Amino acid sequence: MAQESETPLLAVRDLRTWFHTFSGVVKAVNGVSFEIGEGEVMGLVGESGGGKSVIGFSVLGLIDSPGRIEGGEILFDGEDLAQAGEERLRHIRGRHISMVFQDPMTSLNPLHTVGRQMDEVLRLHTDLGAAERRKACIDMLESVGISRAAERLKAYPHQFSGGMRQRVVIAIALLAGPRLIIADEPTTALDVTIQSQILKLMRRQIAEKGASMILITHDLAVVSEMADHITVLYCGKVVERGRTRDLIESPAHPYTRGLIDSIPDPAARHDRLRQIPGSVPDIRALPKGCNFRERCPRAQALCAETEPDLTKQHRSLWAACHFPLVPGDVQ
Amino acid sequence: MLGYLLKRLIQMILVLWVVSVIVFLMMSFTGDPVFMVVPIDATDSEIAQARRLLGLDQSLPVQYWKFLSSIVQGDFGRSYVFRQPAMTLILERLPATVEMVLVAMGLAVLVAIPLGVYAGANPNGRLSRTIMAGSLLGISLPGFWVGMVLIYLFAVHWGIFPSSGRGDTGEIFGLRISLLTLDGWHHIALPAITLSLGTMAILLRMTRAGMMEVSRQDFMKFARAKGVPRKDVLYGHGLKNALIPVVTIFGLQLGDLIAFATITETIFSWPGMGKLLIDSIYRADRPVIVVYLMLVALIFVVINFIVDLVYTLIDPRISLK
Ligand SMILES: Nc1ncnc2c1ncn2[C@@H]1O[C@H](COP(=O)(O)OP(=O)(O)OP(=O)(O)O)[C@@H](O)[C@H]1O
Ligand code: SF4
Ligand SMILES: [Mg+2]
Repeated sequence: MAQESETPLLAVRDLRTWFHTFSGVVKAVNGVSFEIGEGEVMGLVGESGGGKSVIGFSVLGLIDSPGRIEGGEILFDGEDLAQAGEERLRHIRGRHISMVFQDPMTSLNPLHTVGRQMDEVLRLHTDLGAAERRKACIDMLESVGISRAAERLKAYPHQFSGGMRQRVVIAIALLAGPRLIIADEPTTALDVTIQSQILKLMRRQIAEKGASMILITHDLAVVSEMADHITVLYCGKVVERGRTRDLIESPAHPYTRGLIDSIPDPAARHDRLRQIPGSVPDIRALPKGCNFRERCPRAQALCAETEPDLTKQHRSLWAACHFPLVPGDVQ
Repeated sequence: MLGYLLKRLIQMILVLWVVSVIVFLMMSFTGDPVFMVVPIDATDSEIAQARRLLGLDQSLPVQYWKFLSSIVQGDFGRSYVFRQPAMTLILERLPATVEMVLVAMGLAVLVAIPLGVYAGANPNGRLSRTIMAGSLLGISLPGFWVGMVLIYLFAVHWGIFPSSGRGDTGEIFGLRISLLTLDGWHHIALPAITLSLGTMAILLRMTRAGMMEVSRQDFMKFARAKGVPRKDVLYGHGLKNALIPVVTIFGLQLGDLIAFATITETIFSWPGMGKLLIDSIYRADRPVIVVYLMLVALIFVVINFIVDLVYTLIDPRISLK
């Protein structure tokens, strides 16, 4: 048992996923490493274009041309998925690793009934008979909070609201009992009250099933409630990672600090939201040195010269910064 | 549902009525058919007599009323040339045309759908480019030329297929059908291929465009993320979503080929309606042309209705209204 917890469920090492477009090579993910243990929830955060979704799709082998996994390892239970063939990946997708997409309005096939789309997973990944599969689908729909489940199996996606559809998508993701769930901004497209319902639902299901989860979001408030660990991405690289509490309480990287400061705080309504100044640089033409330099309040001459490596910081944190924050610092 | 059917029926009748008016007017203003029935040396009184017999001496509205009431009763008059009911003439030849068109459409679908799906799913592949180039040829080559080349190669040069005629037919429900005999298939092959190329190319391009559009959709990726095999993602999830425009074009082409297979029928001496139409136009055989045009209108109206029904089978969001 102790041995097992030493090998993480998923270990991504130096992953590089690039897109070879007409206007240049987009190094969407460029040397990313992280680990997730059994039953853990890892938050993957960062601004739009940081490479979060691309990491999720890379793990499942769903990168299409012009994209390619250029290098690195994706060790799932010790097996390198970056080297696995399509057949093997197909067996893993939906069965051992499943995914929840950002937009529930578009992730279900509009022409198939909900029942058929659920049944498909069980048909592909289990030996259950038709009656057993139906029962499993009904049970799963009920456990994600959809009433009159037997009836709803016959319904089409357009007969469901967005929140209900995301519940269906989550039900599909959980059906075959996967060990890892990649949730790519599962609630961004939903309104706030539904958001928290769905998140609670996911947390409960994950805990019940003992599954692990990568929770992708640009909303630090959401991950800080759900995740054990957080990995912060910027321009396709990990700029900081560590335990949720350490990272939220006193981040070492100025970018993380900026993200935290831009969380709207309901308690301090009068305090104007502090956005990170500037915008994400063009990933096809990154400047020399630290990618965050043009937006960083702590930048110095060195930052324009050499790119900082991920190094150990206070507590559980690792950050890629020449002049990291330490606890007590005010930026 | 019943209300819908009723509405559609009224709509169809309306369309057919409008067509009948157009056909009638067209006939009235083009040539005088009386000269087709009287001998060349007929006297004025003989001509007047024939006019009376044909009802051509009455005013237009009266003529139209007579025309309408007789076609409503299914009486389209006798062919001036064959002296047989025009309807019978057409119906005798309809099966030959329809079966050739059905074989052509079947062939077109069988080739166009898989190639279109492939080309849509791999838009940048070399094979896809070849397919698309081929489809451009299929669209741009004129049917008569293709027919002649096929005849030259397969009938004259290699002698594997007959160049003309319908061959043996079998009978079922009183209809003479080529597809019941081997010889019939042998004869139908070349004309059907000739007829299918254009439609094949159009359907292929529609399928490809649809698949390219669908491939970008999230649910396709989600299906893959569930572990669905690629082929099932394409055919099970993708194709159905790409099908609406394909079915639309299919319906139009089907009607079009039945109505205007004339050129192919002429080249291959296929004894279908098209050839009869050409002959009838040539001889101003008015009743036959009228039946033909009304039948074509009816076929289009019915196909249109079926296509609408098929939409609802494909997409649950489309309802009969
Ligand atoms: N198919 C593709 N072709 C070219 N570039 C791509 C493709 N997919 C993603 N990228 C690029 O990769 C980078 C990372 O994209 P990704 O979707 O992972 O960002 P993200 O962090 O998920 O952002 P968001 O919060 O907007 O979802 C972006 O710059 C994007 O333009
Ligand atoms: S390395 Fe320099 S520019 Fe980059 S985050 Fe650290 S302080 Fe800012
Ligand atoms: Mg994303």
